[in-house]
Amino acid sequence: MPTREKTQLLSAAQTGRTIERLGHEIVEKTGEAHGIALIGIRRRGVPLAQRLAGTVRAATAAEAPIGILDITLYRDDLSLASAHPVVQSTEIPFSVDGRDLILVDDVLFTGRTIRAAINGLFDLGRPRRVQLCVLVDRGHRELPIEAAYVGRRVETRPEDLVEVHLKEIDGEDRVLLERMP
Amino acid sequence: MEERMLLIHNGRIVDPARTFDGPADVLIEGDRIARVGPKLDAPGAQRFDASGLVVAPGFIDLHCHLREPGNEPAETIETGTRAAARGGFTAVCCMPNTQPVNDNAAVTRFILDRAAASASVRVWPIGAASHGSMGEGLAEIAAMKDAGIVAVTDDGKPIATAKLLRHVMEYARSLDLPVIEHSEDASLFAGGVMREGPTSVRLGLRGIPAAAESICVARDVQICTLTGARLHVAHMSAKESLDLVRDAKRRGLPVTCEVTPHHFTLTDEDVTYDSRYKMNPPLASRDHRDALLTGLADGGVDAIATDHAPHTQASKDVEFDRAPFGVTGFETALSLALEALVHSGRAPLSRLVELFTSGPARVLRKTRTIAAGEPADLTLFSTEHRWTFRAADSASKSRNTPFDGREFRGAPMATIVAGRVVWQRET
Amino acid sequence: MSFTFRHLLGTEALSRDEITFLLDQSRAFQGIQKQPLKKLATLRGKSAVLAFFETSTRTRISFATAAARLGADTMNLQAESSSTQKGESLVDTVRTLEAMKPDVIVIRHAASGAPHFVAERLGIPVINAGDGLHEHPSQGLLDALTISDRLGRLDDLNVTIVGDIRHSRVARSNIHVLSKFGGRITLCGPAMWLPAEMPGMAPNMRIEPCITQALPGANVVMVLRVQTERLREPSLPPDEYIRLYQMTPARLALARPDAVLMHPGPMIRGLEIDPAVADSPQSTVLEQVTNGVAVRMALLYLLTGGAPSAATPQAG
Repeated sequence: MPTREKTQLLSAAQTGRTIERLGHEIVEKTGEAHGIALIGIRRRGVPLAQRLAGTVRAATAAEAPIGILDITLYRDDLSLASAHPVVQSTEIPFSVDGRDLILVDDVLFTGRTIRAAINGLFDLGRPRRVQLCVLVDRGHRELPIEAAYVGRRVETRPEDLVEVHLKEIDGEDRVLLERMP
Repeated sequence: MEERMLLIHNGRIVDPARTFDGPADVLIEGDRIARVGPKLDAPGAQRFDASGLVVAPGFIDLHCHLREPGNEPAETIETGTRAAARGGFTAVCCMPNTQPVNDNAAVTRFILDRAAASASVRVWPIGAASHGSMGEGLAEIAAMKDAGIVAVTDDGKPIATAKLLRHVMEYARSLDLPVIEHSEDASLFAGGVMREGPTSVRLGLRGIPAAAESICVARDVQICTLTGARLHVAHMSAKESLDLVRDAKRRGLPVTCEVTPHHFTLTDEDVTYDSRYKMNPPLASRDHRDALLTGLADGGVDAIATDHAPHTQASKDVEFDRAPFGVTGFETALSLALEALVHSGRAPLSRLVELFTSGPARVLRKTRTIAAGEPADLTLFSTEHRWTFRAADSASKSRNTPFDGREFRGAPMATIVAGRVVWQRET
Repeated sequence: MSFTFRHLLGTEALSRDEITFLLDQSRAFQGIQKQPLKKLATLRGKSAVLAFFETSTRTRISFATAAARLGADTMNLQAESSSTQKGESLVDTVRTLEAMKPDVIVIRHAASGAPHFVAERLGIPVINAGDGLHEHPSQGLLDALTISDRLGRLDDLNVTIVGDIRHSRVARSNIHVLSKFGGRITLCGPAMWLPAEMPGMAPNMRIEPCITQALPGANVVMVLRVQTERLREPSLPPDEYIRLYQMTPARLALARPDAVLMHPGPMIRGLEIDPAVADSPQSTVLEQVTNGVAVRMALLYLLTGGAPSAATPQAG
């Protein structure tokens, strides 16, 4: 098996700054982030949502509540997997009814994860509006889904792999592109 | 016309009836033993080289089910006795719980006719004690005796009541027949499927306490005291049953008993939901099993009997609760006995041979010895031959054995009935 | 930790880690019970056979609900299977069911070991929904989930089980679960329903026929149903049972003040349990029912997925 070659898309500092910028964009476009809530998609959407909430707090002194969404049960590829992945809990400690929600995830690719997340959210209630914030948009959508907030757009080939590392989970901030030589 | 001669030479004769154990040759003429002695010379005789083998009197199995008539898909006299021959048995006593039940001379004669036509070894039928083994009126015991039965029993269950048992034993005594009891108290048995104990509790399988057997043995011994008839306790599985038999023997009562290879080999701890571990009486706990081994070694037990109980695959391939009781046993009996008694050092080889020959013969008031004039029934076996038992290769029609795939040291090598080699192991 | 079993036949073979994993998975499904929309499409296109060879309403409905909430179809088989009844053999029946290509079989049967028998012969996962006097593993798991919700832990609990222990598969499954978490289990009930061999099943178990001796210090009190239909022994006059073993407020007061009171249902008020106890704040009876659905959703989800693998494709 040929080894994949890895190139760095974002350094630690660049990753941090990109997340910071996304936070400010949210504040700007949502009118001081009034009444919004952030929903982190497990796993790396969760620390991202927490950091975005920190930026929002610092910029506006407003507290954006955070929810955690596990989309495992909404995936459309379960029948393809050789085994069902472990389910984790969804923890959204507030009502989503009538709320402005921002879904947060690390990489936007086919759009299927976001489809699953939207399904999951609507099982919980009827939000007023749902927007999407991602650190990396790598293209190749298979569904009509776009992000309102994008940290970095990257040209990739479908077989490539975008690896997001976050301090909270991986011990470092970094974004890598892995591609076949 | 000159009689056919067979010389078995270079073997080690073990003949417990004569307390003989040593090298000797046996010359058979026709269906009888002509001479026994060292380095026999018999010009013109066919020769069988028994180097390295034990030459024993023909093994007797006091307890088996040949299923014919009535359940030929499970076994026939032909297939059952072929399996018996492969186990070293030269005579087998078949239980009367066939369909129809062997409770009259016509059925007895049918069995003997079928045996004459198809059996590999001698078949000694056992008659029912009560009509249909239903526990009410007596069966036609005298007529069956004339036809050839060697004992009576209602095996599968005990003779129903103390009163009926008394009548059966009084009558059997007058006919000089032993009464074989499947000792079991129905109310304690109560739908059980294995021996009551830690394993039955863990598996949630209904337990049968050991006392279900011994309480009935106590009754049987008391009726024996009352009547003086010969009582033989079948497939004994409980320590207390053995204690009762030992005590009866000490008091001079004509009481004997048998133990099966599965009862002296396995314990209730071996039971899983696999119906090949379901038999009645059920496998005993370790301490009871050890008591049985002690009895086999010291003479407390008179005979090893197989309780060969074939069942079709379809009837056994059901939930444990619904499966019929019983396991096959002819082909593994000797090897299991060698393992448990001889190789383990519990008993000398002559004791093992006694348990298969003169022991069961005494129960039937027959002789089993290697001497001039005796029927030429001999079992030749090896104490060392290594082999693996494969149920799929069994001569029995049925496969319901817990010993499939077991590796053994020691095996039957040839079986001689009435002077003919009816089976010989391919090596 | 992951779940590497193809079947769920009992709790005896489960390790402490495996039980912890199953309870964690069940918690994810507990959340779904609280959602306004409880129906998922996760197992859409999958089907479960509910083969109940013994009368059951509660467990069957619980499994059916769990399957429905995951979007799976269910095929129901209800047949009596008394040991005397002749007819089609179990192996033929389940092979027929298998030919309908279900993804999992949930089986309840009056014969202990029947699910094991089926599991050995079929190529699909089997969930034991109660076999004879042996086990009822999903009940053991839902009870553990309920205890852990109420008390915040499963470790080192004093557990007193009261009733017909001998004939209880619920007791056996609970014993195997709780003893793996260091539980000290006291079995209490009429002497003929307390097999002397039972304490050998797990460490730190004891038998105590006297209820006033059995309850002090208990964190968990489990009252079993008096399953008169299972008894083969001469049955005890109900008044005798009530006199010695009915769970009354005064008896429950002997346990720790924060003790939880559990009952697998269906309860017979006034027989094994005083209505005041059944309805007391200590009672977890209804939580047990709710948790039953969550545990069974987790089991259906995990077992219809085949053997777990670490690798999942890049999510999009």
